[in-house]
This record gives sequence, C-alpha cells and structure tokens, in this order.
Amino acid sequence: MAAVKFEQAMARLEAIVGELEKSDLPLDESLRIFEEGIRLSKNCLKILEEAEHKVEVLVQDKNGKKRIHAYSPDDAADEPSS
Amino acid sequence: MLTVSELTGLLRTSIEAQFSDIWLEGELSNLRAPGSGHVYCTLKDKTSQIRAVLFRSTAVRLRFALQEGLQVIVRGRLTVYEPRGEYQIVLDTVEPKGIGALQLAFEQLKERLATEGLFDQDRKKSIPTFPRTVGVVTSLTGAAIRDILAVFRRRWPTLHILIAPVQVQGESAGRQIAEALTALNDLGSVDVIIVGRGGGSLEDLWSFNEEIVVRAIAASHVPVVSAVGHEIDVTLADFVADLRAPTPSAAAEAVAPVLAEIVERLRELMVRLGQVMLRQCAFERQRLDAGIQGVTDVRFRLQEAAQRTDDMLDRLREMVQQRLAAGRERVHGVQRNLSGLNPILAIKQGLATVPQLSKRLEGQMGVRLAQHRHRIHATLAQLNTLSPLAILGRGYSILQTVPAGQILHRANDVGVGQELEAQLASGRLSCTVTQVFDDSSV
Repeated sequence: MAAVKFEQAMARLEAIVGELEKSDLPLDESLRIFEEGIRLSKNCLKILEEAEHKVEVLVQDKNGKKRIHAYSPDDAADEPSS
Repeated sequence: MLTVSELTGLLRTSIEAQFSDIWLEGELSNLRAPGSGHVYCTLKDKTSQIRAVLFRSTAVRLRFALQEGLQVIVRGRLTVYEPRGEYQIVLDTVEPKGIGALQLAFEQLKERLATEGLFDQDRKKSIPTFPRTVGVVTSLTGAAIRDILAVFRRRWPTLHILIAPVQVQGESAGRQIAEALTALNDLGSVDVIIVGRGGGSLEDLWSFNEEIVVRAIAASHVPVVSAVGHEIDVTLADFVADLRAPTPSAAAEAVAPVLAEIVERLRELMVRLGQVMLRQCAFERQRLDAGIQGVTDVRFRLQEAAQRTDDMLDRLREMVQQRLAAGRERVHGVQRNLSGLNPILAIKQGLATVPQLSKRLEGQMGVRLAQHRHRIHATLAQLNTLSPLAILGRGYSILQTVPAGQILHRANDVGVGQELEAQLASGRLSCTVTQVFDDSSV
C-alpha cells in the first residue's frame, strides 16, 4: 500500500543522509547512494503533491451490494436505518 | 381425608394466590442449565434457601451471565412443583444486586474477552505514519464526522477519506459498525480506520461495548483507532483498538500528520543531501588541488634551479671575459715590450743593418705577434671550450664593442650606430646598433 511505501522511502532517505553526513564513504559510493537519495526524494515529493483530495461514502444496499460515491454534508440519507 | 396430590394441589393454589408477585433478594447457587434452555438454581441467604427456575424465554433476555455466588434481586411468582412437592419461585426478572445488569454484563464480557487476549498490548498494530486512505466508521449526522473532516482538511488536505456511515446507538448499531469495519477491510485500499462517535451518556455509547463490535475491531487487519467521545468510561472498543483517542478530533490528529511539516522535513532532507554531497565534492576537489599545487611547487623549484644555473653561467661568462681581458692585456704588454725595444741597438748596428734589423724585427715582431695572436686565439679557443659550450650552445651570444672588445652588459653602454661584434656558438657576427631600448622602466 502506498502508505507503507512512503514511510519506507522516508526512512531510507533519512538513513542515506545520515550515512553521507558521517562522511567516511569513498566518493563513488557516496555518489551512488546520493543518486538513490535524489530518486527517493523525488518520489516522496510526487506522492505528497498528488492532489487526491477525495471524501467518499461507502454505502451498502439491502442486497449487500456496495457502492462508493462522493460525500456531501447533506448525505444523512445514506445512513442505514436498521 | 386428602390424598397427597390433593393436598399438594391445594397448597399450590394457596401459595400461587398469596405469592403471585414478590421481590426477593438472595444469593445464587447450585446453578444448573440443562440443554433445555431453562435455568435451575437456588436462592439462599444465611439461614434459608428457596428453589428457583428461570424459564428459557426469560433466560435469553438476561443481559448478564448468571454466576455462582452472585447477589441478586429477583421478581417472580411462587408455585409448587407438584411431582416433587417442592415449592419454588418462577423468576421473571433477575438483576444483580448493587450493580446494574448492564454494568455486570459489561464486566463479564470484558473479563471474557480479556482472557481471550483481545486486549493484549502486543496484539496492537502500529498506526501508519503516512496513510493515503483513511476509513471512517461513524454517523453521517452529528459533530464527529464534521470534526474529523475539519482536522483532516487542516492537516493533510490531500488525504483520501472513505466514510462508512452507521448508526452509532440503538439496537442495530453494533451490527452495523461491525459490518462497516469488515467492508472497509475488504476493500484492501484503506490504510487506517477511525471508528467512533461524539460524546453521550453511558447508554448512548453502549454499542461500542458490544461483543460484535469488539470482535470486528480485533479481526480488522487494518489498524483501528477508536474515537468514542466520552469523559470517564472506557468502552470495550477502546480496549481492543490499536489506538485509543479521547475524541474524534484527537483521532484525526493521531492519524494525519501535518502535511506542511512532512513536506518541510522532506525538503530539509533534500537540502542536507545536496549540501553533504557538495561538501564531499569540495573536499575531493581540495585534495585534487592540493595535488596540483604540489606539482606547481615542483615546477617552481625547477624554475629556481634554472635561475641558479643562469647565475652560474653568468659568473662563468664573467670569468671568460676576465680571461679574455687578461689575455688581451698580455698581448698589449707584449706589443709594448716589443715596441719598447731599445732603438739604440738599432742605431748602433748601423744604418746598414737597420733595414735588415727592422725587417727581422718586423719579421720577429710579426712572428711574435702572430704567435701571440695565435696563442690568444688558442687561449680563446681553449677558453671557448672551457666555457661550457652550453652557454653559447644554449643560444647565448657575447656582444663586444669594436674595437675595444668590451663585453656588453647594458644596452645603455652603446649608442645607435655603434659597431658590435657578436660571438655565437658558431661564428661571429658584425652588428650595428639600430635602436637602444632602455629596460630600466621595465
């Protein structure tokens, strides 16, 4: 799930920055993980900036069929009555 | 005379009439619940006891479990069980003494579920730090959903929220909540679920104590945050949830980090990433430059050495010049000597000999001069060979004035039009000065 991937990416990015700041890596190794860090940062930014603002309502009708529709504050009718 | 049955029948009628509706207080014991669904027990106090029966229809309506030793307050009617000639009370209502039935049921359920391990700390899943989709199980009316949505909008506006609407109190609330939890789990795209409601009385919150809700939360593989708004009591849903929040707003805050903060943290990481890389590159460049500097130092030292060599060559040139001058001195000296030859001898030897003598003298002088010139040339040649050919061989030439043979050091020492002789590694040149450049301004 996207949640886990983002979390993992951030954690790996933190680890990379920490490693580089320890400054005991040879230059080509540093460049390698630096590139990985850049890739991770770009992916994380992309995920954050996805404007996926959605509020939806999951409704189940009497036959057990489910459907999702957009939420609006006057949606009280969707609440199951029994 | 009466039969046993007749007596028993009369007793029964009498007792039923007199004790048709009584309240009784006592302790439950000898509980028996055979498969029929009826419950048989004894109510007792310190010194006496009475048999009691709970028929199935009443037993199923009990909200708590009957336990040995439980103090109860009951309502019922007395009757006689004729086959055994025993009187008994048929119970209509059973309430635990000193505690509400509801409360007792709650305690009993809580203990049972705890024993199953449903409330254990190590069962609890961690809430994801960066959820993308949040499921919310609550009523569409009421403040809870509005508060939750407001908090999300403020902290993480791009979150995907999926609401599974339910009744949060009443008979069917528990079942609806459980079904909503299952439905959100089945979607597979939900990262975390908030289940809750706003504040209310203990009765209002009671659905969140129902066993079906607790089991649905326990069975959820998506982490669940309970958000039952209340002040004092903790519902069973709170115990079993992976995280308990005191209010729906607090639940939303626990679930959604502040987007601005996360973006800031990410940007900070990127800046640090760039900076540390730049630092390392600068460091490597410095090392490289230091290496280049080392090479430059060598070149400088070489230049110094070259300069010292030039100095040496200068001095050598001076020596050559001195020897040449000395040589020339000797030549002049000889010339003078020769010219200083005593003329008296010439006169004494008579005029006759003068032509011969002068011829001889000339000849000798010539020879001598030639010899000396020869020797000078030889010396010069020697000196030339002595002086490192390298000087001239390197392209240096010796400029001398004509005829004095003064070696030239400064351009100012000559004037335009002056004749000079240039001694090269191979050959000589006769030169005329066309222009003098004064280097003192350089």
